[in-house]
Amino acid sequence: MTNQAQILPGTLDLLILKAVSLGPLHGYGVLLRIGQISEAALLIEQGALYPALFRLVRQGLLRANWGISENNRRAKFYELTAAGRRRLQEQTAGWNRLAAAMASALAAQPEEL
Amino acid sequence: MSPFAWLRCAGRALLPRSASAGDIDEALRSHLLHRADDLEHSGLPRAEAERRARIEFGAYQRYREESHEALGFAGLDSFLGDLRFSLRTLMKSPGVAITAILTLALAIGANAVVFAVLNGLILRPLNLPQAASLYGIEHGTDYGALSYPNYVDIRDRNRSFQSLAACTINRPVFDTGNNPTQAWTVEASGNYFDALQIRPFLGRFFHASDEHGPNSAPWVVLSWAWWHSHFHDDRSVIGRKVLISRRPFTVIGVTPPSFQGTLLFFVPDMFVPMVDAPEINGWDGLSDRSNRWVFESLGHLRPGVTPTQAAADLDSIGVYLEKTYPGDYSHREFRLINPALYGSFLGNPIRGFVTGLMLLAGLILLAACANLGSLFAARASDRSREVALRLALGSSRRRIVRQLMTEALLISVAGGTVGVAISVALLRRLSVWRPLPTIPVHLPVTPDARVYLVALLLALVSGVLFGLVPVRQVLRADPWEIVKAGSGGRIAGKSGLRDTLLVVQIAVCALMVTSSLVALRGLLRSLHANFGFDPQHVVLAQIDLSMAGYHNDQVAAIQKRILDTVRALPGVKSAATTDNAPLIPSEEREPVYREEAHDLRVSQAAAMPFRYIISPDYFEAAGTPLLAGRAFTQHDDLSSPRVAIVNEQFARGVLGSASGAIGRYFRLGDGTRVQVVGLVPDGKYLSLTEDPQPAMFVPVLQKPWGQTTLVVRGAGDPQALVAPLRNTLRGIDPGMSAEIHPWTEELDYALFGSRVTVLALSVLGLMGLMLAATGIFGMASYAVSQRMRELGIRMALGAQRTEILETALGRALRLLALGSAAGLVLGILASRGLAFLIYEPSPGDPLVLAGVGLTMLLLGLIAAWIPAHRAISIDPLALLREE
Repeated sequence: MTNQAQILPGTLDLLILKAVSLGPLHGYGVLLRIGQISEAALLIEQGALYPALFRLVRQGLLRANWGISENNRRAKFYELTAAGRRRLQEQTAGWNRLAAAMASALAAQPEEL
Repeated sequence: MSPFAWLRCAGRALLPRSASAGDIDEALRSHLLHRADDLEHSGLPRAEAERRARIEFGAYQRYREESHEALGFAGLDSFLGDLRFSLRTLMKSPGVAITAILTLALAIGANAVVFAVLNGLILRPLNLPQAASLYGIEHGTDYGALSYPNYVDIRDRNRSFQSLAACTINRPVFDTGNNPTQAWTVEASGNYFDALQIRPFLGRFFHASDEHGPNSAPWVVLSWAWWHSHFHDDRSVIGRKVLISRRPFTVIGVTPPSFQGTLLFFVPDMFVPMVDAPEINGWDGLSDRSNRWVFESLGHLRPGVTPTQAAADLDSIGVYLEKTYPGDYSHREFRLINPALYGSFLGNPIRGFVTGLMLLAGLILLAACANLGSLFAARASDRSREVALRLALGSSRRRIVRQLMTEALLISVAGGTVGVAISVALLRRLSVWRPLPTIPVHLPVTPDARVYLVALLLALVSGVLFGLVPVRQVLRADPWEIVKAGSGGRIAGKSGLRDTLLVVQIAVCALMVTSSLVALRGLLRSLHANFGFDPQHVVLAQIDLSMAGYHNDQVAAIQKRILDTVRALPGVKSAATTDNAPLIPSEEREPVYREEAHDLRVSQAAAMPFRYIISPDYFEAAGTPLLAGRAFTQHDDLSSPRVAIVNEQFARGVLGSASGAIGRYFRLGDGTRVQVVGLVPDGKYLSLTEDPQPAMFVPVLQKPWGQTTLVVRGAGDPQALVAPLRNTLRGIDPGMSAEIHPWTEELDYALFGSRVTVLALSVLGLMGLMLAATGIFGMASYAVSQRMRELGIRMALGAQRTEILETALGRALRLLALGSAAGLVLGILASRGLAFLIYEPSPGDPLVLAGVGLTMLLLGLIAAWIPAHRAISIDPLALLREE
């Protein structure tokens, strides 16, 4: 457990957009891809993925279509829409700024003040 | 399939496929299967893999719900959830649910019925093409009546109407050869059907071009209903010869079934050209400007002409008429009216009455809402623990309020549905009801879409109204306090609001009771009022001798023959004739002048008394006492000086005083001097609510008149005279048709308004009483159940029964007294508005006041009986053990 981190509120949407941007995925595939790209460091309850997925579909950031998975099962496949791609870029930039600011703030030493 | 599953299916069908609830389930299950596949690959048995997949997934239902919400259609499912929960809670207390639904059903049913009447009589236009531009005309205080020559002048001179048609109603004898029957016949101007834009169902109609002077168009158009019932849809009827008033006529057409004339609740049997009136009526009214027998003139306004402009146009014709014919009635102050209700004659009282009823029905609904509001507030308070628990467990207040509202709306829709069902049944009966025996009156009140819509709206609005009452309570509730307080804990019920609601409700009820008692008392008094005649034991037979083919000089002979034969019948004490009997719908007035008057223009008349043309024994047969002078004799005929008998009002107005009236003279419009030989008391002539009116009686031997009403006084039940009388008349002339009814029955017309008022007010009053009773009952039993423990302890400590009762019910009874007093005052004020419907309303009547007081007291006793019984039979030991 110690090498895993609870994700921050609001970051799940960004992770999903990122995961899907690397190629269309079905729901379970999104989960696997997030685990893969975060090197299993982020802890997501599996079910929590779905409200987020549906929310993104409703916001028009993802497009969903039924298809057949590699396991030969029916599954819903998600891909980014143009709006989704824009949102991903914006949020990635925003996140990077925040992370840099947080990192530099947390790295501050007394002598730098 | 349960209703919920059905609803959900329906909901799903309405939403796009990609977003349906089933879609979500499938996506989630697909995830579980993929995860289980992976776990199976890593060596777990399939069953174990699936179990693990479910565990790892987390709270399936929660994520499913959240997904629904994420997709934005949580509404339907959670609404269905609310609905299901509401149904369950209501089922748990069926008594409350049924009471609430029935209360609302009655209130909404009453509103739907009254609104349907309002809709049918006032809002809905006549079923005619372009009814919006169709107007009738009336002028001065004379409603629509015109003489034929004046109608023709107005028709030809006005620039406002496309075509001004005229019609009048008559009841000649219609005969196809062997079956004389009286038929309600519209005598219509030639342009009538064209002006109204009606096309024949069969054959053809008559037109303006068919009018070539008196009796030039002996044609008759049948109504569809008459054709259907008397000719059995026989299409070969066109061209058939028939007799009307014993003159030959030819059937030329049949009107379409939807055409029912231009008066809303009068359905004519047939239509004849007005130019045939002399032949049908037996007298020539076509050239006489003083005889205003044309009942109504109406037509479509030209495009762009407003009613005000049209009235000004007509007024200028009135000025012309006055200049050209100075002796004529004045024609000023024209108004354009809704022809359906004959303008202000019926329109104003009906509009006033129905609007008043609508107001009362609205009050009933308001009282029902108040009732249910306090019921719901009490329930919310009793359910405070449930509400508190839900709040403590994280349910939002919005959600709880929504749940309560769903419950209220469920009840209101159920109540509304039941109410509409009741009202539809009632309205069906009302629209086939024939309230008056001799007149083909019907009420066109079949409900239409508008009625259903209004009922639904009322149901929803009242649901919201009473559903909102407990909301404030819930929003303010502090869950911790309630849970801590244990079973006795309640949401701090604002009893102030509930008390106010109850007082309002009781006041509404007392108002209804007051006005219905005032109306009832008026009706009872009017039954024993001084009519100026005694209708008991009298039979009236209405015969039109001119329409039966007797003219001028023949009339006296046939009248004498009829009277001699009728007097010989066993059981007949006296018999006489008059042209019209008083209080029967007819209005014959004639201008009279003082003896010294020289200016005999109608506008200068001393009075416009009702005029009755009677045979010598009329006063004896009618039961009218002679105050002074003498009755007519057989010698008051055309060869002797003209004489009249007048009533006191006439004597006071025209002759100066009642005491010196005998022997004085007055003049008629043609200058004839008439001597007053007798004086009778004032009576009622047209309606029971009229002020004292002047009346004069002239001998039929000096003014031969075909229209005849036989007044036959017997000793016992007048009904027993009807059949012998009918046989006698048939024996004298089989072609003569008569309407024969006891006089008391004929008074139905005069009493109709008061009867309907009393009926409507009583029904509404009764509903108000029921509502107030349930309201007081609810409040009292709630008060008792809330204070059960306190009462038990006080009882254990030795409190007297009266003290217990005072504690338990004092408040409810004080509210009752307050509400009743307020309602009584309001009712007394409102009853003054009943004056035009009710015979001498006297709201200050001690009997009425006592009646209202007694009713409200009884109501309080009945409603508080059970709770009071519960309060005094509390067993303190059992109660304390329970805690």
